[in-house]
Amino acid sequence: MESGQDLIVCEHCDTVYRREPLTRGQVSTCLECGAVLERHQWIGLDGQFALILAAFIVFVIANCTPIVSLGFSGMQSATTLWGAVIAMWNDSSQVVAVLTAMTLFFFPLTQILIFGWVLWFARDGIRAPGFAPAMIALYYVKPWSMIEVFMLGVLVAVVKASSYFEVVPGPGVWAFAVLTILITIFASHDSRELWNVTRDTSE
Amino acid sequence: MSALPRAHDLGIIGCHVCRQVSLETKKAHARCPRCGAPLHRRKRDSLTRTWALLIAALLLYLPANIFPIMRTQSLFSKDDNTILSGVIELWRAGSPDLAIIVFTASIVVPVLKFLVMGFLLISVQRSSQWGARQRARLFRLVEVIGYWSMLDVFVVALLSALVHFQVLSRVEPLPGVIFFGMVVVLTMLSAMSFDPRLIWDNRESDD
Repeated sequence: MESGQDLIVCEHCDTVYRREPLTRGQVSTCLECGAVLERHQWIGLDGQFALILAAFIVFVIANCTPIVSLGFSGMQSATTLWGAVIAMWNDSSQVVAVLTAMTLFFFPLTQILIFGWVLWFARDGIRAPGFAPAMIALYYVKPWSMIEVFMLGVLVAVVKASSYFEVVPGPGVWAFAVLTILITIFASHDSRELWNVTRDTSE
Repeated sequence: MSALPRAHDLGIIGCHVCRQVSLETKKAHARCPRCGAPLHRRKRDSLTRTWALLIAALLLYLPANIFPIMRTQSLFSKDDNTILSGVIELWRAGSPDLAIIVFTASIVVPVLKFLVMGFLLISVQRSSQWGARQRARLFRLVEVIGYWSMLDVFVVALLSALVHFQVLSRVEPLPGVIFFGMVVVLTMLSAMSFDPRLIWDNRESDD
């Protein structure tokens, strides 16, 4: 039998293909169901690590600085992401508080930290300690990270508030915008490719 | 029948976590030789789980839309908004573009998810031959757009944190938003439980 790395199975319909090397910008799709099989990985490992490092810094800024502040007859009110989580918790919407904290803080942070960890080692072609569980965790966390949706939510909230209040965007909103862009660039990469560009050194 | 080979027919199985292709074994709890994640030829009890989560979501969808999600309070007035009335208000406030975005995320997307998932489940159960490619595309659409419904939940969270001007002006979350958040999570779980490979399985001549 051929080695497993030469073959690729479409996740959506189970059709088997032999892998072809892709050139820049190329995407291979399944002939049967049309799903994407593989994308060309256009950013190298160093570049990906740099992106994650940038994302981490921006993530810290996004969480520590106010997103927007409102002015209303001389009073000021500003909130961070955690301010929103705490407000929901105190207003008897604990389910929403937990959901918000998970999808906008814990899951994105988990993704950034795990990616940073595995990419740091992958740059030398090595699988980081705990590589397998880390990659499994990434796979399951991925759909639950919702920074992009939050970004749009900020926009809607600002527009809704602006008919009654004076709205001043804070540094947090720019940080979230940059984070959205970084995540979008990064999401065009299939992290599972890391399995093929690293080797197991534990044996 | 197409000429393209399918993994199950070749006796191999692709790991969905790391994409490693390995030989299918008879063992009940086979694991991927490379990453150690459990291997399934098809997701376990896919149809039952997808149905259960979808029905649960549908039940919660009613209170999510009937109950208001947010209260805007000022000195002289109290205004409770449901998801739909929030959209209308946004439209009247002079932002029809944003109103359309919110309408799409909060109303079109969930309804589309219910319809598409229900349709996929029924068509798989009836071993439908019709338009497998189109159905596969519908499923991918649901997967991609699913989480955008959280939009309204985040808007309510932000406004509740921001608009806190003592008695003069306050925004509070109301129970509708809790139901709505749960609907989004349940429909996402439902879509994740569905195994799109089932769409193609039934087309084959009997196993």
